[in-house]
Amino acid sequence: MQQTNAAPLRLTAREQDMLDGRDGEAVALAMRLVTGVARAVAAERLLEVASAHVDGCLYHGRAGLDLAERLVALGGRVAVRTTSNVGSLDLMHPGLVRTTEDTAPARRLMEAYLALGCEPTWSCAPYQAGHRPEPGSHVAWAESNAIAFVNSVLGARTDRYGDFIDIAAAVCGRVPDAGLHRDAARRAGLVLDFSAIPRALLAEDVTWPVIGALLGDRVGTRVAALTGLPGDLGDGGRTEDRLKALGATAASTGGVALFHVVGATPEAPTLEAVAAAGAPVVEVTTADLRAARDRLSTASGDRLDAVSLGTPHFSVSEFAALADLLEGGPAFSPGVDVWVSTGRRVLEDATARGYVAPLLAAGGRVLTDTCTYVTSVLRPGTGTVMTNSGKWAWYAPGNLGVDPVLGSLAECVSSARAGKVVRDERLWR
Amino acid sequence: MSGCGADLVGESLHPGVARGPLLVLVEPVSFWGGVDATGVIVDARHPQRGTSLAGRVVAMRAGRGSSSASAVLAEQIRSGHAPAALLLGERDTVLLLGALVAAELYDARLPVVLIGESDFAALDGGEVEVRAGDPPTPATVRRAGGDPR
Repeated sequence: MQQTNAAPLRLTAREQDMLDGRDGEAVALAMRLVTGVARAVAAERLLEVASAHVDGCLYHGRAGLDLAERLVALGGRVAVRTTSNVGSLDLMHPGLVRTTEDTAPARRLMEAYLALGCEPTWSCAPYQAGHRPEPGSHVAWAESNAIAFVNSVLGARTDRYGDFIDIAAAVCGRVPDAGLHRDAARRAGLVLDFSAIPRALLAEDVTWPVIGALLGDRVGTRVAALTGLPGDLGDGGRTEDRLKALGATAASTGGVALFHVVGATPEAPTLEAVAAAGAPVVEVTTADLRAARDRLSTASGDRLDAVSLGTPHFSVSEFAALADLLEGGPAFSPGVDVWVSTGRRVLEDATARGYVAPLLAAGGRVLTDTCTYVTSVLRPGTGTVMTNSGKWAWYAPGNLGVDPVLGSLAECVSSARAGKVVRDERLWR
Repeated sequence: MSGCGADLVGESLHPGVARGPLLVLVEPVSFWGGVDATGVIVDARHPQRGTSLAGRVVAMRAGRGSSSASAVLAEQIRSGHAPAALLLGERDTVLLLGALVAAELYDARLPVVLIGESDFAALDGGEVEVRAGDPPTPATVRRAGGDPR
């Protein structure tokens, strides 16, 4: 017989008032959802959060819209700083996303989240839009790459939040004291050692989503410590971009919500700081990485229809690297559509620095507020798409019915110019 | 089976009373992408592809896949294509949230019950009745029709 061993959930007097409607019906509804989840995970108390990032603004059907509009009708407002993830539409560039029967409710959904007080970041990378919680602070973040990033790279604490609980936590400012909010759950149960990987391979940007694919595949939802990897989060964006790509891919192929790169990420100055003595160590080989890379490409031959960059959303430093590659070179082949997905804030900053003009001059296009893998942007009939994103490559066959090829940023540019897939295989042998 | 006059006792994760034919999933299924709007399993890799979950007491060992499964379940509850009840082998907050939100928005109560591994293994088929109180009180799953096992 199943026993209920947990101590009951205890609310503070303040929280009980919120649940009883003292702060209005929207807060009471949000508290019913948060306490409902807290009881189900056997949490003994709630935690206050410093910020939230909500993913519910991507349209999946009427229930999500009904909840957002109910909260608005009840006078709901977010209680903490709350950024919005991508929606289903590009509000800045109408016409890039094809209109469907879901366009009108998708727009209503995005408007409801604004009415609740969410910032119109419409980005899966709020950490590139100035939303960077303090290390050790508790937050309620949704969207798998954002969760992995805020936990691993910023060292703030979120559990895996998703639709409904994200906005509920934002409105009442509370989450269950459970999961990755707790110290013990943040320790690594195993170690992946990359000491045997050639440094030249680790210097390539494309290697990092591949490491993520391998990590997700090996650990599933567990927390791992990664050793033998270079990294300095103070290097002006390069390491941050790499870990963004690693985490996004690991969250897709596995369910990774936290990883530690020893010597680089904030909770892991040393291996001992994050892993128990005697934690199993897996030695990763170049052959392992090659196999992980191969799983992210389903296309064969060199045909190329499109290039998609910016999943998660392109950063200012990635725009700078792209501008460098495009400098003085030829335009993209007319047969290849080149898309870069990014957030509004990054687009503004990168444009002001002159990093976006070379992309547009070469024939590329920028998509904001949404992403090429969740909405109707690629032209019908698109078959093979090259991307520098492991996450895009993982989801594209199922979501879009296209065949991806993973490549470095430089390979994506060379291929877009040549009108066919061009990859350098030498480093992977 | 367990005592208390019931066939099986679990922990209530979400309250409600429901009755329907028991369907044990041999593998977890993702409600987002794996089950269509009418409740039919469409995941090509799932061994029970083509089976409908609608109106059944669905037992699954674990949730699977995207957190957007919450929204899919809530939508199925709204449109009348959801399972009658869920018996879970693990504490899954994604599906629970679908039930919580549907209760708020549509006043529809889909009981969600956590059951133990040995009880899960003993599940077969037939018509069952699920009674789940306010969490974390016990919930009962009885074979319906006065035929105690």
